Amino acid sequence: MDPESLERHGEFEWWIPAAGEMRVPGIIYADRKLIEEMDEKVREQVVHVAALPGIQRASYAMPDAHWGYGFPIGGVAAFDPAEGGVISAGGVGFDISCGVRTLHTKLDASALEASKEELADALFYSVPAGVGSTGAIRLGADEMEEMLRGGAQWAVTRGFGIRADLERIEEGGRAADARPECVSAEAKKRQAHEMGTLGSGNHYLEIQRVAEIFDRELAADFGLRQDALVVSIHCGSRGMGHQVGTDYLKRMVVEGYRPIPDRELACAPIQSELGRQYLGAMRAATNCALANREIITHLVREAFGRVLPAAELTLLYDVSHNTCKIERHPVDGEARELFVHRKGATRSFGPGHPDLPPSLQRAGQPVLIGGTMGTESYILAGTGESEGLAFSSACHGAGRSMSRTQATRHWRGRQVVEELREQGVLVRTRSYRGVAEEAPGAYKDVSAVAAAAEHAHLARRVARLVPVICVKG
Amino acid sequence: MKAGWEHFSHGADIGVRGFGETAEKAFEHAALALTAVVADVSRIEQKESVEVQCQAPDLELLFVSWLNAVVYEMAVRRMLFSGFRVVISGGSLSGTLSGEPADPERHRAAVEVKGATVTSLQVARDAAGWWMAQCVVDV
Repeated sequence: MDPESLERHGEFEWWIPAAGEMRVPGIIYADRKLIEEMDEKVREQVVHVAALPGIQRASYAMPDAHWGYGFPIGGVAAFDPAEGGVISAGGVGFDISCGVRTLHTKLDASALEASKEELADALFYSVPAGVGSTGAIRLGADEMEEMLRGGAQWAVTRGFGIRADLERIEEGGRAADARPECVSAEAKKRQAHEMGTLGSGNHYLEIQRVAEIFDRELAADFGLRQDALVVSIHCGSRGMGHQVGTDYLKRMVVEGYRPIPDRELACAPIQSELGRQYLGAMRAATNCALANREIITHLVREAFGRVLPAAELTLLYDVSHNTCKIERHPVDGEARELFVHRKGATRSFGPGHPDLPPSLQRAGQPVLIGGTMGTESYILAGTGESEGLAFSSACHGAGRSMSRTQATRHWRGRQVVEELREQGVLVRTRSYRGVAEEAPGAYKDVSAVAAAAEHAHLARRVARLVPVICVKG
Repeated sequence: MKAGWEHFSHGADIGVRGFGETAEKAFEHAALALTAVVADVSRIEQKESVEVQCQAPDLELLFVSWLNAVVYEMAVRRMLFSGFRVVISGGSLSGTLSGEPADPERHRAAVEVKGATVTSLQVARDAAGWWMAQCVVDV
């Protein structure tokens, strides 16, 4: 994207003034280099979103924004139902409530040295990963319904996880007002064998070392220290979310509201029957994602118990980055209940936010930014300013710089695995082609994204993590 | 233009495109392109067949529905398919998928497809009468 074509409002804030059909301006947070590298499609999609009914303040894009489906990935937009606001299946994405959670282990990285291979094998054996992998848990119709209503809370009740985890998950581990009856039989069938599975593509389970602390006070509040060993899990709602996305995208294209020629932006008024049904189904799929990450956590705890019994796995936080949530935000000096879409973007509540648990009131919400298996990930903390900047939102990851096809031409999976081993990263995978497609070089510089998020005041950097073991989905 | 399939680039995901002398053939070839996102098509034997039916108000949405039917059958049956037959009648499509149960060792599937999208969706015929059907799939 040409920076000269944007209106600059500070070093890290770039505006597309409202014009034509746009109801609000577009605002992109990034440094100049990230803007230059950003796909021109991001501008087009930010502009299209800005034209949707009921949109408030602005159509936002985060520093890692790239070409998505209707909405840019890295897009944030809030809609007021009282002003005809809409909800969009594309604005949430196919992997509903895909997200990242990070756990403490109470161990230092040095504790792993003697058993690194053994732990990598134990995790690879315990957590089903890759195409077609199936979980050990089978849910009957009644229990599927309970899972779709209860999310991680259901998982804990079933013995997969511990109660203390719940306050460290957005919304206490359960999206309220889920409506399993709005989820198709196909979606339920597709999920039947996939509880507790990681999936494929860019999903992963990593053991990471805290390589750098940026802010000692925030790190202490988050329980992070230099060289500590942590676990990060990146996955979503599996077949359930994919099928809900597929079902409702088609319904929104056929029956919904199509304000512009771009069919992928199909949406429905929040207050319409279709809008309400999608909300109910999306929340059910959100609960599926939260339950799934809780079950995977349970499997990880079991693997650690066998290999490193001294470890104690407690949840730092669980964030979802494909969501639409009801939140209260001030607009024109008045607090309003808005439906905030975050597609490839993370909620980033600042210190003192009433929805955060007491233990996070001082620091703000942990913002977990996934990197690649060869580079690094970041933990940030939400800021008070991000409320006014982007409805309390920040970025979610690095974003690809190279297509999958290009990546497989550039790298061979086996070679990537060997190179990472030489760097001290053990990779476990069922597909070398999958590794080539996810090669670290195929992604943008996650450090630049995290730095831009901080410089734009969306979130503050707390710690940098480097991978030690990667179970690739 | 000739019959066949290809992939095209989309930032985070991948586009699938099929060509053919009829819309049906273009749909069949695009399903091969879809399968090739997941695994090497030449390694998939055609041992079992599955029938699918789709409906949509126009040809482009029918194409997306077709690919999503293939994605769904791959997911719930844990199968991979390398043979596709399509018959279109008005807004309805009848399809036959031929393949075998997915074998992690032999097929070495790289990535699963979450769904076919309406991004870069196009079903069109060129001046010479050849059909092309394409869209981006989310992986």
